Amino acid sequence: METINATQIANHFMKGRYMKHRGYYGPFGGAFLPEILVATFEELDARFRQAKADKHFWEEYETLMATYSCRPTPLTYAENLTRHFGGAKIYIKREDLNHTGAHKANNVMGQGLLVKRMGKKRVIAETGAGQHGVATATMAAKFGFDCTIYMGEVDVLRQRPNVFWMEQLGATVVPVTDGTRILKDAINEAFRDWVTNMDTTHYVLGTACGPHPFPEMVSWFQSIIGKEARAQIMKAEGRLPTKVFACVGGGSNAMGLFQGFMDDPVELVGVEAGGEGIASGRHASRLCSDDASFGIAQGYKTYFLQNSDGQMKETHSISAGLDYVGVSPILAHMHDQEKARFEYATDTEVVDALKLTMRMEGIIPALESCHAFAGAFKEAANMSTDDIIIINQSGRGDKDIFTVADALGDPKWKEFICAKAGEYKND
Amino acid sequence: MTETNTRTPAPAFLETYIREQRKKKAILLMTHIVMGYPSFDACFEIVRQMVDAGVDLMELQIPFSEPMADGPVILKANQAALDSGATVEKCFEFAQKVSDRFDIPFLFMTYGNILYKYGMDAFAARMSEIGVKGAIVPDLPPEEANDYLSAMKKHDLSAVFIFSPETSDQRMKMIDTHATGFIYCLARKGVTGKETQFSSDMGNYLARCQKSTRLPTAVGFGVKEKADIDFLMGKADIAVVGSQTIREVAQNGVNATGPFIRSLIE
Ligand SMILES: Cc1ncc(COP(=O)(O)O)c(C=O)c1O
Repeated sequence: METINATQIANHFMKGRYMKHRGYYGPFGGAFLPEILVATFEELDARFRQAKADKHFWEEYETLMATYSCRPTPLTYAENLTRHFGGAKIYIKREDLNHTGAHKANNVMGQGLLVKRMGKKRVIAETGAGQHGVATATMAAKFGFDCTIYMGEVDVLRQRPNVFWMEQLGATVVPVTDGTRILKDAINEAFRDWVTNMDTTHYVLGTACGPHPFPEMVSWFQSIIGKEARAQIMKAEGRLPTKVFACVGGGSNAMGLFQGFMDDPVELVGVEAGGEGIASGRHASRLCSDDASFGIAQGYKTYFLQNSDGQMKETHSISAGLDYVGVSPILAHMHDQEKARFEYATDTEVVDALKLTMRMEGIIPALESCHAFAGAFKEAANMSTDDIIIINQSGRGDKDIFTVADALGDPKWKEFICAKAGEYKND
Repeated sequence: MTETNTRTPAPAFLETYIREQRKKKAILLMTHIVMGYPSFDACFEIVRQMVDAGVDLMELQIPFSEPMADGPVILKANQAALDSGATVEKCFEFAQKVSDRFDIPFLFMTYGNILYKYGMDAFAARMSEIGVKGAIVPDLPPEEANDYLSAMKKHDLSAVFIFSPETSDQRMKMIDTHATGFIYCLARKGVTGKETQFSSDMGNYLARCQKSTRLPTAVGFGVKEKADIDFLMGKADIAVVGSQTIREVAQNGVNATGPFIRSLIE
């Protein structure tokens, strides 16, 4: 297959497709690409279509995920939380048990297999929480690719442990000092690298956003979550859940879970970052607040948090991974079609949900995932004991130790950090 | 101001203007500024000096918070302009002022979202009203440009599209059918403001560009000194100097603009 030239493949797949709208979900999506990247996207799209049509590719992917990343991840019955709320039966889909501790591995390993097929030798990625960066760095190490990770300077500070691991895994981490210095700025910088180095480099976009085919491709790899979850709940309970909950940053873990239940009578609930509350303006709620509007940025059309001139606003969330101005065009369409419902959880609610989950279940969800927990907790008690809900635990929370320790105001942690700082000073 | 032939409707205007100017000069010069950087007053003086020094066309960039195709110099200029309060409205006012005052064609350069939020048709109507002749919008490829193209056409404005070294012959021909005014040929991969090798490879690529369009061609990205412009003579109709003028102003002040432009064309 490597002997077929990529342009030939692209031509084959693209024949007659000029001027046709590609990758649209209702009015959302598209591919607003600078001309220099058009050929690269045509090649990527062609390779992706080829992989999607090839059942051996999916088998190879599942085997890789089973042997390298602990799939299928378990579906855990949260007995104590269920009793505590006294309503719906609560199940947790354990994406935190993936290698590197988040659902990000699903997308990254899938794209890694595609990169191997494309014969490229270098990967780049943006990262917010650092989970996608760490996952990309492990994939690059395993497959022998060079790896550069772009990360907003603000996120470098709040997710230091992940920066440490990315560097240990052999990746170069570039702190992005432009713009608001968070996730969206890291995405811009990754695109700037890609427009220069596309011959050798693949951009492993970390979420179900960006130009076509990324929303579709990332969602496809993440669909493994929903497929497993559906089979697991059918096995455990013999029936479908009433509702499923996932947090929504760019939307990849939500798309992953939702796809398992798309044709079922199951309510799909996405929970966005409410930050300091919608009224404060300091949040990252695009679908469940009135602060976002239709726009085009970072290569796609969706709801963005922007001002009336079309300039992107600053967003805020306790969790770096949800702190983003845009949202998956597929979810935006599902929102408008009322195929999914979107809620928000504030920073405070998120920390409370984390504390409760740790104490009751001995599980430490990532702050991102805690949004889904907080959203579910608001509804569980009002549901009947015949109802079932599934919460997607997109990642594990130990990466958030600095942020959580601050939020909890833990004095012993502070003491430890001060002592450690003192030691380093004396070195 | 005197009513001049720059008031003739584009797109016919822009292409005709370029062809007429080319009868007088071996190559034309187009420059680029980010409106509001370092300030609107400074921009006005920069434009005055550029026109005075003999610039043939100018790109006025409306700053955007996510300028994906721009490199460090223009990116920082975009941010600084926004931080000091540049708005789309102020940019329109500025563009009106310079197009009333100076007798060269002005174009807008910006990203799709700025037009989209303003309303494609309203944006084009406003351009036409203030005398801006066309636009370059790097994240609106023809596939995504239906609304943009009809608005530009309706108001007789040029929609300038881009060729890159990665663009196939077949695609260049497709782009050409949608473009008006001229074609902007990227000298290389990458973003604005980085080093460019002006080599025989580029000669072949530029010949390919010229062959694929019925329109005049402009070459930009990395053009920064007289030798680059001399190299482009006979290979393109317009040389575009972008980041380098912004660098000059940042390093040597607004009054360095005129002498810098003269050093390019004399
Ligand atoms: C653990 C975790 N959950 C969720 C997210 C949000 O991304 P998405 O909405 O694409 O799932 C992130 C992103 O960094 C993450 O690390």
